[in-house]
Amino acid sequence: MPEGATAAQAAYLEMRGISKNYGGVHALSNVDFSARRGSIHAVLGENGAGKSTLIKIVSGVVAPSTGTLHLDGKPVEFRTPLEANAAGVVCIFQELSLMPDLSVADNISITAPPRTKLGLIDGRAQRRRAEELLARVGCEDIDPRERVKNLPLSRRQMVEIAKALGRNPTLLILDEATSALTGTDVEKVYGILHALRKDGLCLLYISHRMHEIEELADTCSVFRNGQHIETFAAGAHSHDDIVQLMIGRDWSNVFPEKPKWDTPPAPALEVENLTWAPTLNNLTLSVGKGEIVGVGGLDGQGQRELLLALFGVLRGVGGTMKIDGRPVKLGSPAEAKQPENGIALIPEDRKTEGLMLPMSVAENITIAALPWLTKGLVIDQSAEADKIREMVERMQIKAGDLDQEVANLSGGNQQKVVIAKWLLTGARIILLNDPTRGIDVGTKQEIYALLRGLAADGASILFYTTDYDELIGCCDRVLILYDGAIVRELTGEALTETNIIASSLNLPSERTSAEAAR
Amino acid sequence: MKSLRLFLSQNLGLLLAIAMFAVLYAFYVSQYPNWGMNVVLQNGNETLALILVGMAQTMAVIVGGLDLSVGPLMTLTNCFGSIVMAGTGGSVVLGIIACMALGTACGFMNGCIIVYGRIQPIIATLATGAIFLGLALLLRPSPGGSIDGDFAWAFTNDINELGYTYGWWEDLGFFGKIPLQPIYLILIVLLVWVPFKRSVTGRGAYAIGSNAHAAYMSGVRIDRSKIAAFTLAGFFAGCAGIYLTMQMGSGNADAPQAAEYTLRSIATVVIGGTSLYGGTGGVIGTIFGALVLRSISFIFRVVPESAPLGFVASPLLQPFFEGLILLVAVSLGAARVFRVKNRLSLFS
Amino acid sequence: MSLRIDKPILIGLVFIVIILAAGTSYTIATQGTATFISPNYLMQQLHFGAFLGMTAAGMMMVILLGHIDLSVPWTLTTSAMVASAIGGMEGNVAGLLVGLTVGLVNGIGVAVLRVPSMIFTLGVNTVLLGCMVMLTGGHAPQSAATDLMLFLGRDRTFEIPHSVVVWALLSACLVYVLNRTPLGRYMYAIGNQEAAAYLSGVRTRLVIIASFMMCSLCAAIAGLSLAGYSARAFQAMGDQYLLPSIAAVVLGGTNILGGSGRYSGTVVGVILIVLLQSMLSIMQMDEAYRQIIYGAVIILMLLIYSRGRKAAA
Repeated sequence: MPEGATAAQAAYLEMRGISKNYGGVHALSNVDFSARRGSIHAVLGENGAGKSTLIKIVSGVVAPSTGTLHLDGKPVEFRTPLEANAAGVVCIFQELSLMPDLSVADNISITAPPRTKLGLIDGRAQRRRAEELLARVGCEDIDPRERVKNLPLSRRQMVEIAKALGRNPTLLILDEATSALTGTDVEKVYGILHALRKDGLCLLYISHRMHEIEELADTCSVFRNGQHIETFAAGAHSHDDIVQLMIGRDWSNVFPEKPKWDTPPAPALEVENLTWAPTLNNLTLSVGKGEIVGVGGLDGQGQRELLLALFGVLRGVGGTMKIDGRPVKLGSPAEAKQPENGIALIPEDRKTEGLMLPMSVAENITIAALPWLTKGLVIDQSAEADKIREMVERMQIKAGDLDQEVANLSGGNQQKVVIAKWLLTGARIILLNDPTRGIDVGTKQEIYALLRGLAADGASILFYTTDYDELIGCCDRVLILYDGAIVRELTGEALTETNIIASSLNLPSERTSAEAAR
Repeated sequence: MKSLRLFLSQNLGLLLAIAMFAVLYAFYVSQYPNWGMNVVLQNGNETLALILVGMAQTMAVIVGGLDLSVGPLMTLTNCFGSIVMAGTGGSVVLGIIACMALGTACGFMNGCIIVYGRIQPIIATLATGAIFLGLALLLRPSPGGSIDGDFAWAFTNDINELGYTYGWWEDLGFFGKIPLQPIYLILIVLLVWVPFKRSVTGRGAYAIGSNAHAAYMSGVRIDRSKIAAFTLAGFFAGCAGIYLTMQMGSGNADAPQAAEYTLRSIATVVIGGTSLYGGTGGVIGTIFGALVLRSISFIFRVVPESAPLGFVASPLLQPFFEGLILLVAVSLGAARVFRVKNRLSLFS
Repeated sequence: MSLRIDKPILIGLVFIVIILAAGTSYTIATQGTATFISPNYLMQQLHFGAFLGMTAAGMMMVILLGHIDLSVPWTLTTSAMVASAIGGMEGNVAGLLVGLTVGLVNGIGVAVLRVPSMIFTLGVNTVLLGCMVMLTGGHAPQSAATDLMLFLGRDRTFEIPHSVVVWALLSACLVYVLNRTPLGRYMYAIGNQEAAAYLSGVRTRLVIIASFMMCSLCAAIAGLSLAGYSARAFQAMGDQYLLPSIAAVVLGGTNILGGSGRYSGTVVGVILIVLLQSMLSIMQMDEAYRQIIYGAVIILMLLIYSRGRKAAA
């Protein structure tokens, strides 16, 4: 077990009185924070708590409005990421810092590559360097000459980690660095991080996954509303205590009550032998009226593609699809949203797929339902305004001026705008792709309640999430995908975390009476 | 074998351009009554300026931008050259260097306006192009100037002629029949392009075109690489102007010609396999793109009207067919649209 | 959308005033009269500037989507040549059909084939040039402009040129489309984030095709009017409109990458360029100086815009 924090060990990184203001928004207020060598220091907090800003200041991406930064006792000032790198501060960002068209070797040595006598880049030495670093992260299978854009996301994340190691960090920051990794890769990364800690590195670790924090961290710091709330040794607080510190008020993860089905509901959406080479293999499922069906499994087993296929985005999809018993073939989202089909998709990345960020909140809310808000060829402006007001009320969207850019809203409110957009179309079949990723706890609760309310009104919901609690708490049934096919359907008593994990790994699980008794 | 496969998959556009050129030029040769090295010489003479302007455009495209001033800059250097290169002997060499300096300085100015002025390249170079054209008109209100005839002749022909004109050598056999244009090109590529591409600054240009934000986060010196790219573009455009001066023997502030070269330069980049979004491709592809474009014109000239495809030879139809082939050539890349299975990927 | 006074429009208006002042002081100094701001002179400039206005209006439609249309020069010319060659009302209709067809082809190339608009429209421009060379045998076309073209391009009523009226009507239509119809909303959406628009169920391909058709139709109308002004179509009559129309759109505050921009800005941009060009010609500047000043003013204005944006950020 990792050692707890001792005051005796001097701080390697020290931040004193750090504040960062963006216009009127206080991203960080008078933060004092320190981390020591030989430690994996977790930074916890909801979205908007200031974690990202903290990281950006330490890694030189932005400058603080006030306050000072000290490294190893000496004051430092980083104006660019390059300056931070030179001081040994390396950050692995959530949005990867890889250039897709360049090779793996080029990316790893993008600054300070090995050079020939003439001062040009030494390609061979660079490739060897890449091979060494890739081996260090256990990825010998990656060819350094391969273009990054041809690698799947999980491999790219490993390249990002290799690249960071190649900069010989003394302070390594990981911002959601494992979100797309497969199980074995995650274990490799844990191993690397443990080894780095033993070597005396100072590591800052941001993650929303509690079990990761438990595995890795020896020290934890909680941030809330731009302020540093508390730092404590790992294990000093329980899960619930930590979440309480993060949201600052009495909280319990309450999921709305699930209905009891006397008879199985009439199917609204039926899919048979859905195939899309090579990712989806003969999927058969159905979602009944008023049901919330969850989709689970490890990342990259076809969940995203399943939702895209149902929404008409994929070409060359085999199999049949029926809505209310009527066979349909969808060629585009425009067809999917038509009233006779009534399908909506809350996409994975709200910033690039769900919203037009520079456009106003109002415009984003009505963009999908615009065909039905017209008087002839023209937009019916009063009807539009009414609908917008209705949605903002119903979803409790905190936006103030609805004509401001939707980019100004918090993550949770942005997601509410995305959902509001689709509710306006009167969709009866709602597909959700990890809708609560990166959303604060309060908004999550609202979304759960909303979904159950919609289901109660007769909507059919297909809900993909990577959060087990959500799968268990929200869904009437859960379908586990593995390799593009459904390997298990969990419902009722069998819907447990153990079963979810086991099915996700495609292990035969024991449906024993011991489980039923639990 | 793996490295071969990797090379092929990463250079598909370039290989396609080379293949297109090979096919087109072979057809041209087959139609030409007495094809020989002197024809190659003539072809090269007509193509070099376009190649150089295309190379200039490639630099801007790599960083994800576009340079609409390459044609005007070529014209400006041409007019400037018609003045400073008009002497004899050593002063001509100095004149050439002055022209290179002018092109480079103008490219540097473009880079600074774009980087420090935070203006989009396409619109900034639109404006600087007008300025360059104006300056060219100031230097040469009407076509004029004369370059030393011997010099112009010697340096735009083959090795034999070079030696013969100055009495350095007589006949070097096959070696002597090699035209000078490919040699100039090889020299420029080896001495300027290759060092740039393999320098940190040059690679930074590719990084910016690929993902500017990631490049910044990775510590790439964005300002330096961007300015370097546009400076180099100016250098290549300047070289194009120098060659134009030697080829025509005079300076002409021809605005329509400048516009034509600018637009053609974009076509050569695309046909050569470089993506207009930046981050990939290179100058070699553009060279072949220009060769493809020119080969099409050559074919039109040489096909006899009596042949089955003779109607293409009519000078009236040439522009139409040239345009059509250009359209088809650049749309070939569109074939990928029909293979794409996830329509969402079309938008990234 | 709320009534915000856009900074670029304000700056544009200031520049217009500056140019009017400069031009007037020049004429007062050299001729003793303030001809530059005389209504007669200004109306003459507007008469001619309306053609640029029509072209820029169409160009804006396409730039809003993040695209560009380099086929405007020869769409303009082809429409004019076809209309005058066929003659009569059929000719006028044919000219407009040329515009719609070119726009359709452009739209399909960009939206369906996903060829970058810069390169596809460039190719189309060359093909149109080729077509016209083919049909006219390389000579200047002999046929005269139709009556409608003369009416649109040359005639005036109560001293107001009809070309200005056409420009105004066109502008009213486009403003209406942009601000009051779903199509306009979709255009801004695609210019901002095409993936999100697509996933919101917007028929992005149709919107793109519609925008290119609007652009080419505007170019056709400009072509017919311009030929009316000169009483005949002439070779390369459209070439001088390409770069100025792009400049006018950008100077009016529209983002060259798409997604934002108000139509009033484009109008301001057109007037700015027309006045700038006429000021330079009234000062009898050589073409050389005109080009230099034209380019320098554009850069100056863009520098001011970007500093303004940086300060606000």
